[in-house]
Amino acid sequence: QSDKEYVGFATLPNQVHRKSVKKGFDFTLLVAGESGLGKSTLVNSLFLTDLHKDRKLLNAEERINQTVEITKHTVDIEEKGVKLKLTIVDTPGFGDAVNNTECWKPITDYIDQQFEQYFRDESGLNRKNIQDNRVHCCLYFIPPFGHGLRPVDVQFMKALMEKVNVVPLISKADCLTPGEMKKMKDRVREETDKYGLKVYQFPDCDSDEDEEFKQQDRELKESTPFAVIGSNTVVEARGQRVRGRLYPWGIVEVENPSHCDFVKLRNMLIRTHMHDLKDITCDVHYENYRAQCIQQMTSKLTQDNRVESPIPILPLSTPDVETEKLIKMKDEELRRMQEMLQKMQQQMHEQDL
Amino acid sequence: MEHSGASIHLSAVVNVFVTFSNEEKRSLSLGGHVGFDSLPHQLVSKSVTQGFCFNILCVGETGIGKSTLMNTLFNTMFENEEASHYQNGVYLRPRTYDLQESNVHLKLTIVDTVGFGDQINKEDSYRPIVDYIDTQFENYLQEELKIKRSLFNYHDTRIHICLYFISPTGHSLKSLDLVTMKKLDSKVNIIPIIAKADTISKSELHKFKIKIMSELVSNGVQIYQFPTDDEAVTEINSSMNAHLPFAVVGSIEEVKVGNKMVRARQYPWGVVQVENESHCDFVKLREMLIRVNMEDLREQTHARHYELYRRCKLEEMGFKDTDPDSQPFSLQETYEAKRKEFLSDLQRKEEEMRQMFVNKVKETEAELKEKERELHDKFEQLKRMHQEEKRKVEEKRRDLEEEMNAFNRRKVAAETLSLSQPLKKDKDKKK
Repeated sequence: QSDKEYVGFATLPNQVHRKSVKKGFDFTLLVAGESGLGKSTLVNSLFLTDLHKDRKLLNAEERINQTVEITKHTVDIEEKGVKLKLTIVDTPGFGDAVNNTECWKPITDYIDQQFEQYFRDESGLNRKNIQDNRVHCCLYFIPPFGHGLRPVDVQFMKALMEKVNVVPLISKADCLTPGEMKKMKDRVREETDKYGLKVYQFPDCDSDEDEEFKQQDRELKESTPFAVIGSNTVVEARGQRVRGRLYPWGIVEVENPSHCDFVKLRNMLIRTHMHDLKDITCDVHYENYRAQCIQQMTSKLTQDNRVESPIPILPLSTPDVETEKLIKMKDEELRRMQEMLQKMQQQMHEQDL
Repeated sequence: MEHSGASIHLSAVVNVFVTFSNEEKRSLSLGGHVGFDSLPHQLVSKSVTQGFCFNILCVGETGIGKSTLMNTLFNTMFENEEASHYQNGVYLRPRTYDLQESNVHLKLTIVDTVGFGDQINKEDSYRPIVDYIDTQFENYLQEELKIKRSLFNYHDTRIHICLYFISPTGHSLKSLDLVTMKKLDSKVNIIPIIAKADTISKSELHKFKIKIMSELVSNGVQIYQFPTDDEAVTEINSSMNAHLPFAVVGSIEEVKVGNKMVRARQYPWGVVQVENESHCDFVKLREMLIRVNMEDLREQTHARHYELYRRCKLEEMGFKDTDPDSQPFSLQETYEAKRKEFLSDLQRKEEEMRQMFVNKVKETEAELKEKERELHDKFEQLKRMHQEEKRKVEEKRRDLEEEMNAFNRRKVAAETLSLSQPLKKDKDKKK
């Protein structure tokens, strides 16, 4: 096309790119799982920083009646001019006590709190500097020592699947031989279906992508749940310095795809699907929360007969289930009465004849 | 003279014997080979013919490798299906096998804890285990207290060793581990082992072991110490004590290493050999558990744990070793006292029952008498009414008769009058 016909909006992607680099990104990651499964090590390996300096681990005795805490670490990291504000939410104490009934409650409460805060901010008058602390992704660590999902795993994922993108991981994968690993993954996938657990699904790639990309996408989907290994140490293997674990019988390389799925996880989480995770959080989980919240509020309002509401919202367009039922019933009655009336009229008419 | 000499001699001998009982034991040297050095052999051949029995309890989470380790230790494929994580509670599954090696028969019972560590609320997880151990002790005690007992061919099901499988987190014990081991340490010999140890590197393992042992010590958990009082094994045992808890790897699959087939686990990054001491402590565990200390474990179970149970149980039942005057009570006396107590109890109960019966009978009697009296009264009343009525009716009848008579008289009078009158008329006419 000649220069005259060239309009120029093809530069839009570049403009978006520039603006976003200037604005910077943020991402909140929640890690959950029992103590000792390698959560902190994995996060360090993923983001190549040491987030957990000087942390104190509790003894077994102290953990008998431990409650779940929520701790936040925020770091600003930069790569090639792109700034990322990364928040890691940790859940020390999850699953560690002897009685773990509802140990996920502090976590669901935390997620709801972040939604509520965003909801208020979004509905406020001054919306210039909204802080988005909503949890974009939850990495759930499944222990590799058992035969698949345990009751506490199932309950946790059930409680969280409607509120956040759950990515289950098989932790400490250097405990399973390749055959055992396949069995474990099949087991976990089977049980995920069986118990109706909704975990984060990769979006299907467009039909016009090339075959290689589709193949990669298929492989990615088939290797979930990812089996990961983390390491804080660098060792020498095959003449290179790599992150790995040194054993008397060999060296496990964290970034070797034939050793574990760490690379797949990193690619998925950071390099390709980070934005998709954020989008789903905003479009699906947050919207669900918001709709629920509003419904609860308006039903309370109609009960209390208050005119003002603290948040500017549109009036409820869809009636709730109760009134609908009543309306249906009344309609039925009306119809029956009309039928009877018709019959009576007919009878009278016949009598007259 | 000889006579008296002999008597003196005799009395001297008697004196020796008398003083003997007050002196300390003294050792004598033998003049030749007597032959009682074969006693241990006799004991051994007797126990070999009898056969040995050994009971292992494996406590650990589902999937931690208990069954695989048993298979690896005894080099046998014990049949077992994989357990599920969704049991409602913890239950124990004992299985007995008959094994033989050279001419030694071993009756091996392996008790598995199914469902341990899977529940969300694990506060009662230790209870079925403690109950099982106590039940085995109870069964043995019952057998021991029988009148006609056959301890020599009693199948001893008491747990000789509890292998506690620790999850290889690398940090420390889990809270459930601590709580459970504290409940078990006074009832059974515990050897803690780190399961699936091929997931921990050497440096991490060292720190992990130290942390575990310090936690056990600071919480007063008594684990089994390999005995160091027997010269033959003191050195190896004390060095093994320093390696606790053993970090083990189990496998029944064989991999070719060099030009041999060894039991191992094959990873993309290397091969973990089960019997390689620089890879894991499996060999140490086997050595300690089976080859060196099996008999000591049985002895400890009987002499320490069982005796403790027995003492507690009997004290509960009211037996004491010494009476209030601190004189030793004989079991017979205690039995007699108990028996008397029991019989008097029985008598008292009988009396009570009889009393109750008598009371009841009296009550019923009184009731019946009351009813009888009422009936009688009613009868009297009815009789009187009846008489009353009869009298009235009699009166009426008499009245009626009176009337009838009066009427009859009048009638007769009237008749005669009417008869005499017509005659009179006739008479009047004739004149």
